[in-house]
Amino acid sequence: MAATGKGKGRAGGGAGNGAARSGKTKADDADAEAAASRTAKGRSKAEAAAPAAEPAEPRRKSAAAPKAEPSAPPPDATTDAAPNAAAKQEAQRAASASRQGPDRIAIVAGLRTPFQKAGTGLRRLRTTDLGAAVVKELVQRAELDPREIGLCVYGQVVPSVDWLNVAREVVFGAGLPRTIEAFSVSRACATSIQALTSAADAIRGGQHDVAIAGGADSTTDVPLKVSARLRDTLMALQKAKTMGARWKALSGLSARDLLPGVPGFSREPSTGEQMGEAAEKMAKLNGVTREEQDAVALASHQNAARAWADGTYAAEVMPVVPPPFDEVVERDNIVRDDATLEALAKLPPAFDRRHGTITAGNASPLTDGASALLVMRESKAKALGYTPLGYVKSWAYAAVDPGWQLLMAPVFAAPVALARAGLALGDMDLVDVHEAFAAQVVANLKALGSRAFAAQHLGRSEAVGEVDPDKLNVNGGSIALGHPFAATGGRMVLSTLRALGKRGGHHALLTVCAAGGLGAAVVLEAP
Amino acid sequence: MTQTTTTADSPRAIRLEARPDGVGLVTFDVPGASQNTLRPDFGADLARVCDELERNPELRAAVLVSGKPDGFVAGADLDMLKGLTSVDAARQMVEAGHRALDRLAGLAKPVVAAIHGAALGGGFEIALACRARVLSSSKKTVLGFPEVRLGLLPGLNGLQRLAALAGLQVALDHGLTGKNMSPDKARRFGVAADVVPEPILVRVASELALALAEGAALSQPRKSPPPVERLKTLALEKNPLGRRVVFRQARAAVKKSTGGRYPAPGRILDVLETFAKKGFEASRAVEAEAFAELVTGDVSARLVGIFFATTALKKDTGVDDPSVAPREVRKVGVLGAGLMGAGIAYVSIDNGIAVRLKDRDAASVARGLRQVTTLLDERVKKKRLGQGERDQKLALLSGTSDYSGMRQADVVVEAVFEDLALKHRVLAEVEASCREDVIFASNTSSLPIGQIAARARRPENVVGMHYFSPVHKMPLLEVITTERTAPEVVATAVALGKRQGKTVIVVRDGVGFYTSRILGPYMNEAAWLLTEGCSVDGIDRALVAWGWPVGPLTLLDEVGIDVAAHVGPIMVGAFGERMQPPATVQKLVEDGRKGRKNDKGLYLYGAAAKELGRGKHVDATVYGVLGLPVPGRRHKEPYPVEEIQRRCVLQFVNEALHCHGEGVLRSARDGDIGAVFGLGFPPFLGGPFRYADTLGAATLLGQIEALAERHGKRWSPAPLLVEMAKGHRRFYG
Repeated sequence: MAATGKGKGRAGGGAGNGAARSGKTKADDADAEAAASRTAKGRSKAEAAAPAAEPAEPRRKSAAAPKAEPSAPPPDATTDAAPNAAAKQEAQRAASASRQGPDRIAIVAGLRTPFQKAGTGLRRLRTTDLGAAVVKELVQRAELDPREIGLCVYGQVVPSVDWLNVAREVVFGAGLPRTIEAFSVSRACATSIQALTSAADAIRGGQHDVAIAGGADSTTDVPLKVSARLRDTLMALQKAKTMGARWKALSGLSARDLLPGVPGFSREPSTGEQMGEAAEKMAKLNGVTREEQDAVALASHQNAARAWADGTYAAEVMPVVPPPFDEVVERDNIVRDDATLEALAKLPPAFDRRHGTITAGNASPLTDGASALLVMRESKAKALGYTPLGYVKSWAYAAVDPGWQLLMAPVFAAPVALARAGLALGDMDLVDVHEAFAAQVVANLKALGSRAFAAQHLGRSEAVGEVDPDKLNVNGGSIALGHPFAATGGRMVLSTLRALGKRGGHHALLTVCAAGGLGAAVVLEAP
Repeated sequence: MTQTTTTADSPRAIRLEARPDGVGLVTFDVPGASQNTLRPDFGADLARVCDELERNPELRAAVLVSGKPDGFVAGADLDMLKGLTSVDAARQMVEAGHRALDRLAGLAKPVVAAIHGAALGGGFEIALACRARVLSSSKKTVLGFPEVRLGLLPGLNGLQRLAALAGLQVALDHGLTGKNMSPDKARRFGVAADVVPEPILVRVASELALALAEGAALSQPRKSPPPVERLKTLALEKNPLGRRVVFRQARAAVKKSTGGRYPAPGRILDVLETFAKKGFEASRAVEAEAFAELVTGDVSARLVGIFFATTALKKDTGVDDPSVAPREVRKVGVLGAGLMGAGIAYVSIDNGIAVRLKDRDAASVARGLRQVTTLLDERVKKKRLGQGERDQKLALLSGTSDYSGMRQADVVVEAVFEDLALKHRVLAEVEASCREDVIFASNTSSLPIGQIAARARRPENVVGMHYFSPVHKMPLLEVITTERTAPEVVATAVALGKRQGKTVIVVRDGVGFYTSRILGPYMNEAAWLLTEGCSVDGIDRALVAWGWPVGPLTLLDEVGIDVAAHVGPIMVGAFGERMQPPATVQKLVEDGRKGRKNDKGLYLYGAAAKELGRGKHVDATVYGVLGLPVPGRRHKEPYPVEEIQRRCVLQFVNEALHCHGEGVLRSARDGDIGAVFGLGFPPFLGGPFRYADTLGAATLLGQIEALAERHGKRWSPAPLLVEMAKGHRRFYG
């Protein structure tokens, strides 16, 4: 019943991929039946039509108390429409969970710091400082009584040796009640997506009603390694009680052991490949030209600059005043409003000097920044008087062999997330693709639009779909804005939901590629 | 298994419990009191317990603990001390106390004090008379001799015992300043044998007591003092010549800091010097004599009076109706991130209250954040605050350039520029963007709250909270109520001020409230003296000699000459000729002199001041501006110092009485506290009302009338004073 459950579940006010979980009110049932009949006619049409029935609907029954689904789950009508086995499985899971509650996962508010090139405006702030700053301000701006918050899920990608659970430190640093429980997540570049879906899971599971989700990274404050020999020596010194023992511990050390090591995470441990090298490989495998990449980079800068110029980002970005409090950091400092194809074309390749196409201009740079989202159970948001920015409708994660095409997993995750939402790529009013490298963006889009790729890798007879360039990364992406690893997902969710609201759209797809061959996809829905 | 040997029917302050391990647990627990103090029966109680301890053959040692959860012994009961009217009675009490502690110190069975919470004054002295001390590592645990702050000295041989344990310099330092000694310091000084977590305090103390009974030696501090310290001790304390240097320096410092007006520090030096030169016994007589003199003297009486007043104010809700309770305040909005706004933010977050600090743009907010952070960082640097604690405090502070985040605020304090139209604007903004029931507190120092509240939609929520600059240092908060302010709002403002660590007085609204108003005629009088040929520094010196921390003309520079010029006519408008300043102030403003704020006032500032070396230097060009001759080297003030002092001070006192007569104050006590803590009125004189009592209403009235004859309508005695003089009444019983 997956698609039915979801399609109608959404129509009937079901939550996320838990659409089918909705115990609906009676008012929903009419919609549900309508949706069910649409489903019978043919999936894609039904889904295209579905949103039209929806917009005003969630508010209408805002006060309605959740009720358990009175009837048995509708018959499974999705077999033909289910894009793959995973979706089918998910549909069954969702169906079985359909009596658990009607609430969607609402994103009530979001905020980010300005994104600053590593070593610039935010260099004096550690990862926890960045996270605490944005979470503190988010709660303030949301006018939320902090005692309402139950959970903080937060993440960082660049590891840190000064704390073990960044989420908990963020709670303290933001001056929030110490009774807020907290755990940290890490999924490389999809970390704040993971924070969001983990928070959503906790809410759906009935464990919490209000959560903070997000991530921060200081790529300036990178811990440097000491050599294994120096580490062993220092440990031995600590234990040594006598001068003799100390001398002995020190005697094995050579000058070379004193040099700091480069942290290993700049390369894929499983392949030894740098991410840029992997992207370079993907460009060549998928026939992505330098021109295509530079065009993506240019659009990224132009869209981001426009979003700053028209005030979009002023509402999403908080000013930060790092110590010693003499300078206010208010804007992103990577985006350029004077970017041109000519200038981009002049940049030398960074990873493959002779045949390469990836440059500093069409890749995302090391960036400092943080983001946070305020996530609530839909009914809780309403009880507190909030009008959500939107809802998390569904999500999916996928993984590929890092030795194959490291950044291709979003193409695997997207159709699953769409299926869980009961929607198709064509239903999306906006698509936001994380831009690790322009080459990866183009390769991902080509794969999504390729029937052959779908058949070979996704078990589908049809391509996932084409993405309309006018709907893609409308406020720019990581190339122009920068990419503080753990903060990017939060930035995308916030910005996309607001853009969706501004355009009067209904649904948006987010994809994020991540180190280790991981991919994430999220379907968002407007309120 | 255990038996309590004290009779159960009459609870005693000190009781002994014989424990099976052979340790007698001596519990100090004054019945019916929240904290332990030494009361008249203390000596007899202690002697009885010492007897029991000695008599009981099962007991080999004892541990002295407090029965109060968070305090050891707070010192002598001040009511008891207040009751001492004759020097003889006081001396006898001290000598009895000496004997009681001698008994404790002379016990063959070792007694170990197990201290958790504050052991102050007599409490510290009892602990010092024990064989050893074990301290809890809690932050609440402190040792100290606060007596000097009440004009007294430790009267139970504590100075000498501390000197014997930790050295003369430590005893001098703690005796003269009254500052607290932390457990860490106590361990380093050898005062504490051990510092342990509170849950195991009694156990460790018992083990130590038993070990001492077996003849074990006390362990030395973990770290011996650095070589420099040891050399210093050797040079200064271990030989007569060095000691003489120590005492000479100490006496010079005491003279400078007290101006000869506070006798206690000098007597503390006497006790320790006698101890160093002639030994313990000789010093005891000096101590008893000194204590008896101090405790029956005026200075101590006034300082204790101030202490009682502040204690009473801590319990005062600020409203007379006992059913009125303050609202809970979790978050304070502060408008204006300038010096005052940031200061208010600082004292709030420092005491666990979240603050949303607003100013017009992020850069202005940043300045406020910097000020708060700097204050916290200074404490971290001095190791008075841990880095983690600092971070936790800062976590409560956030800034904004709009009204976001203000809806959770329970109180919004405005500290914007002193301009009525601006105050009206921010009030309207707050009423529009904050919660319905938000309390709007104005930190104005001059605008009547009623005028600000006139435009309020909810005037019952408008109140004045007049902080003094610098907020983190000045202890006073003046809460101003209008006729329409709701009692609950007043109580909330008072409770908030107390949480911010302030001593709070509540005054009725009116021009200048209380503090700014009584300062007006005082500073005017100084300006009049100036026009009559007195020198700027001559006037200031006279009043500093009288006991003020700074002179009135220095104060004028600090407050701002422009501010004084602005407020002057308003005061005259409200109170008439009594407030009339000479033309001086206006002339100074016209000359572009605003005081310290623009480095141009009656005194020199900046480079010009530095050129002339240390200290303050009068800007001689001032006299020309005022059309006065520049005082030459041989300048002689046209009036004697006493006359200068009297004229300024009596204006101050008279105006305070005007205020009280008009019902601005709730009590003379509040008037004294406001003047001492807000304006620096000399504490040893107790405050303007206490001073009026000391002079006597009739004398005071006579002096004012005499001045009125000479100087005209500027001098008009307060109707209350006339009444009091007629009825031979006093403000204090």
